[in-house]
Amino acid sequence: MKSRGLWVWLLSLAPAPVFVLALHVGAYPISLTELWQALTPGSGVPEQLRAVILQVRLPRIVLALLVGMALSLAGATLQAVFRNPLVDAYILGLSAGAAFGCAVSVAFLPAWPVQICAFACALLAAMLTFGLARTRAEVPTLSLILAGIVVSALFTALVSLIKFLVDPHKLASIVFWLMGSLSLADWHTVMKALPWIAAGALALWLSRWRLNALSMGDQEAKSLGVEVGRERGFFLLAAALMVAAAVSVSGIIGWVGLMIPHLVRMLVGPDHRRVIPLSMTLGAAFLMLSDTLARTVTGGEIPVGIITTVCGAPFFIYLLKRGGQESWKL
Amino acid sequence: MISAQQVSLRLNGREILHQVDLTARPGEVTVLLGPNGSGKTTLFLCLSAQLTAERGAIFLGEQDLRRLSRRQLARRLATVPQEHHPVFPYLVRDLVLLGRLPRLGFFAQPRGADRRVVEDILELLGLTDLADKPYTRISGGERQLALIGRCLAQEPEILLLDEPTSHLDLRNQVMVLKLLKNLATTQKLTVLLTLHDPNLALLFADRVVLLEAGRVLAQGLPEDVVNPENIKKLYGLDMEMISQGARRLLYPRLS
Repeated sequence: MKSRGLWVWLLSLAPAPVFVLALHVGAYPISLTELWQALTPGSGVPEQLRAVILQVRLPRIVLALLVGMALSLAGATLQAVFRNPLVDAYILGLSAGAAFGCAVSVAFLPAWPVQICAFACALLAAMLTFGLARTRAEVPTLSLILAGIVVSALFTALVSLIKFLVDPHKLASIVFWLMGSLSLADWHTVMKALPWIAAGALALWLSRWRLNALSMGDQEAKSLGVEVGRERGFFLLAAALMVAAAVSVSGIIGWVGLMIPHLVRMLVGPDHRRVIPLSMTLGAAFLMLSDTLARTVTGGEIPVGIITTVCGAPFFIYLLKRGGQESWKL
Repeated sequence: MISAQQVSLRLNGREILHQVDLTARPGEVTVLLGPNGSGKTTLFLCLSAQLTAERGAIFLGEQDLRRLSRRQLARRLATVPQEHHPVFPYLVRDLVLLGRLPRLGFFAQPRGADRRVVEDILELLGLTDLADKPYTRISGGERQLALIGRCLAQEPEILLLDEPTSHLDLRNQVMVLKLLKNLATTQKLTVLLTLHDPNLALLFADRVVLLEAGRVLAQGLPEDVVNPENIKKLYGLDMEMISQGARRLLYPRLS
């Protein structure tokens, strides 16, 4: 109990050292002195080095930070709204929905920003999953997960259909992007995702206490003065917004949203006034670290989705095994 | 004060409530007695605006329930649900704090004043020592107290409790009922609750309402209403009564 305060500090500061580490290592190692010099103008650092840092490595790290934050926040929000610690955007089909939206946009609506279509489809997926899982006023844990699998499968099939229909040039770009990677990051990509993720994060940050009420279930939330339908809509909207922006720039990266909020709750307790901000920072730190591994562990590039899954799947099994005795039951 | 006037409700074509009239007053504990399936919970859901009555109306003081928003209602009426299924192990203190929600704006966070209200309530309920424990890891009686604490943090006029004693042992039943009685007298709260035990109603109620198959069988002072004839009508059991001074005890005849 006493250690909670310490964890709050550690988790809030976690992104800083990871950020520096991520800048430091890579195919072209950069020493800390060089880093410092590159960031201060007129210090005589070779242009090439400065370009590597400012145009290649920095935007990629910033994008990892944004996407990690978005996925983790969306996970924390969905877990509270659905009273179910075992879900995230990936499991509930929001990611697949957003991917479908992106594919549709790339294939048929080249003039539109991809995020609009991705957002609409992510929201549609969320509502489908919720609608399928809901029996009267309850949303049972297992049916929610099953509904998520069904909705995910549906949208994944639709993405395949689009892949089948589009011309080979577009097909290549869809396939590459779907793998879940941050290797295409540049400042342009960062700026495409930033406003959406920032808007969603701000909305959640400001209303985070209300997630505690919503997580009590419909009837009790109502008795606490919550307009349940409207507020659930608000939170799903914010989650879908962030997931859509994340998927549109980095493809489907699973498990971050499931794992990070869980870890945060284990360390500092379930109060969403703390869970939301700390999921944000830990999510950012985790994805920056995973992406650093993805681009340094082997000679080439591993899609970062592989790293998050390799961490996430065993974690999920651990949660299942531990379930019932701790914070939740299946 | 809360009153139901001629409230009727049908669910799936079955009449659950039929022209129910009921009044609960400030400073009094009003107990609703009735067998399982008599419509007690449904009536409570109507009174807390979770269900809308088909016919009839419900008034908080002079005001029609239908004219209040959820938020307005939550500032005046608080409910302890019959079943509570925790998902996240919030600390007792954070659970009670949640009662401040209807008193604050959408984007607001609880502040010092709210925390002080919570500390006072924790002390009143004797929960101070448990404040930093997860509310999933305390006893049933303590959890019931914590949920009552959340209600008190709403600073309501009316407190509705659906079977607040059903999962508690005798000691905790008496503890909770004494507390509710005390809250009614000292804070002029209108307390309305359902019970299963007529003897507990005799001990703690200021008024009793008997509900049978969605109709009010009788209501009034406990000594007028809780008698062997009425209880037999409710539960179909032959009852005996013994009196000692003002105290009465009802028990079923076994042969």
